Amino acid sequence: MLRLEPRTETKTLIQALAPAAAVLITMVVGGLLFAALGKNPFEAIHTIFIAPLFDPYSRTELLIKASPLILIALGLSFGFRAGIWNIGAEGQYVMGGLAGSAVALAFWNVEGAWLLPLMAVAGIAGGAAWAMIPAFLKIRFNANEILVSLMLVYVATLFLSAMVSGPLRDPDGFNFPQSRLFHDSARLPILMEGTRVHVGIIVTMVAVLAAQIFLTRHLFGFNVRLLGQAPRAAAFSGVNAKRLTVICLGLSGAMAGLAGLFEVAGPIGQLQPSLPVGYGFTAIIVAFLGRLSPVGILFAGMVMALTYIGGETAQFALGIPSAAISVFQGLLLFILLAVDLLTRYRVRFVRRGEV
Amino acid sequence: MDLSVVDPVALFVGLVAAATPLLFAAIGELVVEKSGVLNLGVEGMMIVGAICGFATAVKTGSPALGFVAGAAGGCVLSLIFGVMTQYLLSNQVATGLALTLFGLGISALIGQPFTGVKSPTMARLEIPVLSEIPLLGRLFFSYDIVIYLGIALVAAVWWFLKFTRRGLVLRAVGENHDAAHSLGYSVVAIRLAAIAFGGACAGLGGAYLSLARVPQWTEGMTAGAGWIALAIVVFSAWRPWRVLLGAWLFGGVTILQLNLQASGFLSWLQSLGIPAQAQYLSMTPYLITIAVLVVISADGSKARSNAPASLGRTFTGSG
Repeated sequence: MLRLEPRTETKTLIQALAPAAAVLITMVVGGLLFAALGKNPFEAIHTIFIAPLFDPYSRTELLIKASPLILIALGLSFGFRAGIWNIGAEGQYVMGGLAGSAVALAFWNVEGAWLLPLMAVAGIAGGAAWAMIPAFLKIRFNANEILVSLMLVYVATLFLSAMVSGPLRDPDGFNFPQSRLFHDSARLPILMEGTRVHVGIIVTMVAVLAAQIFLTRHLFGFNVRLLGQAPRAAAFSGVNAKRLTVICLGLSGAMAGLAGLFEVAGPIGQLQPSLPVGYGFTAIIVAFLGRLSPVGILFAGMVMALTYIGGETAQFALGIPSAAISVFQGLLLFILLAVDLLTRYRVRFVRRGEV
Repeated sequence: MDLSVVDPVALFVGLVAAATPLLFAAIGELVVEKSGVLNLGVEGMMIVGAICGFATAVKTGSPALGFVAGAAGGCVLSLIFGVMTQYLLSNQVATGLALTLFGLGISALIGQPFTGVKSPTMARLEIPVLSEIPLLGRLFFSYDIVIYLGIALVAAVWWFLKFTRRGLVLRAVGENHDAAHSLGYSVVAIRLAAIAFGGACAGLGGAYLSLARVPQWTEGMTAGAGWIALAIVVFSAWRPWRVLLGAWLFGGVTILQLNLQASGFLSWLQSLGIPAQAQYLSMTPYLITIAVLVVISADGSKARSNAPASLGRTFTGSG
């Protein structure tokens, strides 16, 4: 019979290969799914995973989609390492976008180079403040942060809807529930002529570097890992779990808020009720696929963005329903978690009775 | 404001119906958690139950078969979680989240041809004599059969956990899986059974949503009901009858805010110069969930002492 034995040491090669294996297995299972839907599986996989890489426009769009995913996943990864489950990043993303937009709309007739930084500060503050609610309720009342942060996603989405059909609605917009268009100094500068590649992508890259340094070279990163792996040891060594909860949730909220702001001030250019498209949830998959390491998240974000872009193409080229892509993403997380088994345990063959 | 449209009897009847999906999902999850497993995929199992039930009822014309299919759908999905967490020893929180994301996706995929379709409706259960009593008849005997089944299920779970040997074993596994293992009980098999039961219950709750409560299919129609069900389990302190209380509380909040929206309450507030919008009323179930969680969790010692001691811990079998 087969028996699982915990590995005494985890080989880095296996650690790195597991996500890649998971992606490959997902492609195979996804291919079967498309075959079941009556589509040519090879064509579908090619359209989703390979074709976007060879199209110049899709390549730049890849960066635009990956950027919020990476930014949010980076923030989440700290909390996940420490065993603090913020799954309400979608709400923090909305509140960040909302707060930043409110600033942009308050100065809709004033131009200036100071406006974007001010919007960024508002976005970060909005996201962080929204994440402070579960943090505070957790440390003060011991309320479960998973449920609280998730409930707040619904509240944030409804609040956004109330704002764009109320106070922040475009006064000249025929009652349509969206805000005024932002003017140029409230829009993120475009990096490449003719594309939508914006400054936010550079900020994301810097964030990846900063997160890597913090996690591996700073006491904060060590404490985060310690709290997640050995809470009692962490307590003895003087790690303040409450403070770390606040920091981890605040950090992930701030980064989700910034991602929300980048979205409204970048590709969208105004506040719309359709702002939440699930980046906050997909980022959870990105964080795990990237093994909670900043560089891993960078790659994982790209892979996930690929499924978004390729999925859109597959939708009109092959008639594959948009929902198939979210099935794909959910499947990926499942398979990843299953493959993970082999990084933590090894399978030994034992004869019966020898156990 | 016209409060006369708010009829207390209709309110209660509506509350009971609104609470039923939550009741099924929460009582199932209670059993799962009593066995020491935390399945955060309730939302995913509910929505898969909703579409499986709806699709089957539309295809066969039978709501009863729809409920069976809803339960089966939720059960199959939960078994993915079961195999992953019990045999492949994956993290329960992450796997539960994956289950929800996957469930939302697959339900949208299955449901695409069913958007805007009408389902066969379910008749109310007419009980001779009892249903005709004025007031009491409307209050207690004017529901469809699934609502009675829901309440019976609460009673059955309570009896099972409290008075049967198997219930005792299930609780033992949830309290200390190593001790139960050394007594010779199969921790993994018992947990798998509990997970499958929880999945079937969540699927039934979802099917009630799409077949009786709404009744139609829209993408993402559970809108957080699965998560509210998880909160109800915490609220209940893992006691079956308090699950009923919790589900009715949330059913009441939902119905009350819907009635307030219909009563012209908002335009009354607006006439007073308060910028009231319907969205704020729609927030109330979620805000109440948070408030309830805070109140229950604040009384820490009591809430914790009732939680199954092995909740969420991975059982490796090596002791």
